[in-house]
Amino acid sequence: MRLVLIGLVAGVFSSLFGVGGGIVIVPLLILVAAFGTKEATATSLGAIVITALAGVTLYAVRGKVDVAYALLVGIPAVVGALIGTSAQQRVSGQALTLAFAGLLAAIGVWLIAG
Amino acid sequence: MSTWTIVLAVCLGLSAGVLSGLFGVGGGILFVPTLVALGLGQVEAAATSLLAVVPTAAVGTWRQARYGNLRVRPALVLGIASIVGVEAGVQLATSLPEHVLRRLFGVLLVAVAAQLAWRASRSRASYPEAR
Repeated sequence: MRLVLIGLVAGVFSSLFGVGGGIVIVPLLILVAAFGTKEATATSLGAIVITALAGVTLYAVRGKVDVAYALLVGIPAVVGALIGTSAQQRVSGQALTLAFAGLLAAIGVWLIAG
Repeated sequence: MSTWTIVLAVCLGLSAGVLSGLFGVGGGILFVPTLVALGLGQVEAAATSLLAVVPTAAVGTWRQARYGNLRVRPALVLGIASIVGVEAGVQLATSLPEHVLRRLFGVLLVAVAAQLAWRASRSRASYPEAR
């Protein structure tokens, strides 16, 4: 029952923002469903495949999905993610993470300011 | 679509992928502003981002399953239950004014930035590959 509720919340979050929803699923699995961090991350990714597929389908019937852009951005992103994940052990440091957090916050403020 | 747009999209996609892998944030959080920068509306960016999230999450799931971290039944329950929420989110996104949705996404980005900064200040990234 807890998993069903987490799934419902994650689904709204995912389709509203166009994100996977890991940012809500992972902490909830750890805090509410007593998952370990690694299990929570992996299980969240598995759920996201279904959630994102549902989101794409429901947006596509409303004519909102741009397949060309999804391919242009998505295919290089898979390659990039493999590079980023394998480089993680060597280059991740506190200063770099804080710099990236700063970049994200700046983009956020840009969108809020409109 | 011009050649310049295609080159820009590929470069931004690659960068988004590297950053998401490096810092353990989801692809979508970077795809959406990328697609907005390329000229898509906020709803179209969210919808299109989700299509790009599918292969990224599938590759991540496959890797995690090999490490033995994936719990299949809970993942299926979460995923199937999410479909009802997804429909509600799609209806909400398509009924909200564009600028409101964009600002909400901006707030989400700031929240993710704060979470990352908090994690970095505590220790090294504690849950890589969270999407």
